[in-house]
Amino acid sequence: MADTHAYRSGELEQEAELADTRQRWLLSLPAVVIIMLFAAGPLLVMVVYSFLTPGDFGNVKWEFSLDGWKNTLVQRDIFDDTLMWADAHLSIFWRSFSLSVITTVLTLIFGLPTAWFIATQPPGRREIWLFLVTVPFWSNLLVRTIAIQELIRNEGVINLVLLKIGIITEPIQMMFTDFAIAFGMTYVYLPLMVLPIYAAIEKLDFRLVEAAHDLYASRMAAFWQVILPLIKPGIIAGSILVFIPSLGAYVTPRVLGGGKNLMFGNLIELQFGAGRNWPLGAALSLMLMAAVMVALIYYVRVTSREKADG
Amino acid sequence: MVEATTTQVEQSAAKPRPKRGPKGYSLRTLPGFTFVALFTMIVLYAPISILVIFSFNEGDSLAIWEGFSLQWYAKAAANEQVQEAAIRSLYLAFIASTIGTIAATMAALATTRTRRFTGKTMIYALINQPLMVPEIVTAVALLIVFAAIKVATGHNSMIYLIVAHTAFCIPFAYLPIRARLETMDNSLETAARDLYASAWQTFRMVTLPNMWPGIIAGMMLSFVISLDTVVITEFVKSAGQDTLPTYMLGQLRRVVTPEVNAISTVILFSGAILVALFFRLTQRKG
Repeated sequence: MADTHAYRSGELEQEAELADTRQRWLLSLPAVVIIMLFAAGPLLVMVVYSFLTPGDFGNVKWEFSLDGWKNTLVQRDIFDDTLMWADAHLSIFWRSFSLSVITTVLTLIFGLPTAWFIATQPPGRREIWLFLVTVPFWSNLLVRTIAIQELIRNEGVINLVLLKIGIITEPIQMMFTDFAIAFGMTYVYLPLMVLPIYAAIEKLDFRLVEAAHDLYASRMAAFWQVILPLIKPGIIAGSILVFIPSLGAYVTPRVLGGGKNLMFGNLIELQFGAGRNWPLGAALSLMLMAAVMVALIYYVRVTSREKADG
Repeated sequence: MVEATTTQVEQSAAKPRPKRGPKGYSLRTLPGFTFVALFTMIVLYAPISILVIFSFNEGDSLAIWEGFSLQWYAKAAANEQVQEAAIRSLYLAFIASTIGTIAATMAALATTRTRRFTGKTMIYALINQPLMVPEIVTAVALLIVFAAIKVATGHNSMIYLIVAHTAFCIPFAYLPIRARLETMDNSLETAARDLYASAWQTFRMVTLPNMWPGIIAGMMLSFVISLDTVVITEFVKSAGQDTLPTYMLGQLRRVVTPEVNAISTVILFSGAILVALFFRLTQRKG
């Protein structure tokens, strides 16, 4: 076939293109197969599991049921069998959401001035500061969480110092509170806020700020009305980058929040452990994934719009 | 990265140094910002520093200094569970990052410096998929699948951890390799082909040496990621398959001694060295 038509250069080209595409797919195959089997595929299996019946000792029975999904929001009363809101779940959803928002706001409050400070350093020194911000981010998340835990324990350095100075007479209970979780997440995710804002400030045309000053804007007015609108895309990007891992956080709330102050990730774990309700756990996981996807799509739209604007 | 720094330099060369505004202060400083920034930098490093300092404590307190000693390092090194977990972590990270980097290198070669081809976006999305899903979700999804396999086959080896880590390593290896390839144009390869080098010779003697820093960077990054991964490991491991992070997570339920600090310090510094090398490799110009 190919021989008889080979003289038509158009088809020859098409054929070469096809061969090239085939070769590129072959090259990508190992990576694609590994991820299909051990990352993307299992998510599809989880969709199936969310529609099954929980087994008596964990795992599932292969009977179709919508209870996994229903139980995410409502539960049946043990005594009179009426449906009511699953308050425990709702309060955990709310905690996850509100702590993620608080973390985002806190990282912004500390991250924006840090990014500004770094971006206004002379070029040679910028990279050193940037490196200093990035190093903790790349260091082990569990280790950084342990560092926070040791700091805020009742016998930790903070309480000890406060006791010594005499500000307090009894240690402040910080561990196993929502505060501990928010503090820990702010600490571990701060670099995610600094980097995109830094990138935005670095691109900022300072002549515009000068123009504002020449037109008698005060420093604060120039900041609020000129600088802030210009670096807004960076702030939004940083906020989403902090919000997403906060919502899905597991290690930090487990170590700092303990068994009572659960977040979304810990609620999921519970269903695969003591809760023995895998379908519910699968449904909760898919809910969390959907929430993260929405945030991610928003992030992609914000960052690509920024690119399109130049 | 490279482009960003050059434009940076040009900009600052073209513009005079931060000039004083009409009201007698630099436009580049905002009230309180430097203070908050320096405070933040201190807060960023204080907890880690305190953790490191108390790994050298002579007593067993994490907050009262009782003198310098290396006893917690000796204790950790002599602890059989720690030894096993450390070896398991390194073994796992080595295998997962090696396989992951090879797969990522091939995929990067296929998806960069090319026209749009059918499925290119799909390959790209798949490779980045593990980055887009919370780790806990990936972890329980793997738990579900592997539990079924374990029940069906009764097989309980490290293979589950290896494949799970490999899949998670691929996107981290892929990104620096792809970034490196995108800075290379096709002219050297074209020249080699014009001089009658075979496709394989061109790859071996032109493409591979040029993309090598990217490959090493990708391998180091994925190695660090595998070492740090705790959630996936926690859900996938069978009994007796603790890695260093899951071992430490388990220890936190008990009374914490500076032994945890000693292990943490070793993890921190080995990670920091790898990351510093990674930055050097990816930021070298040209």
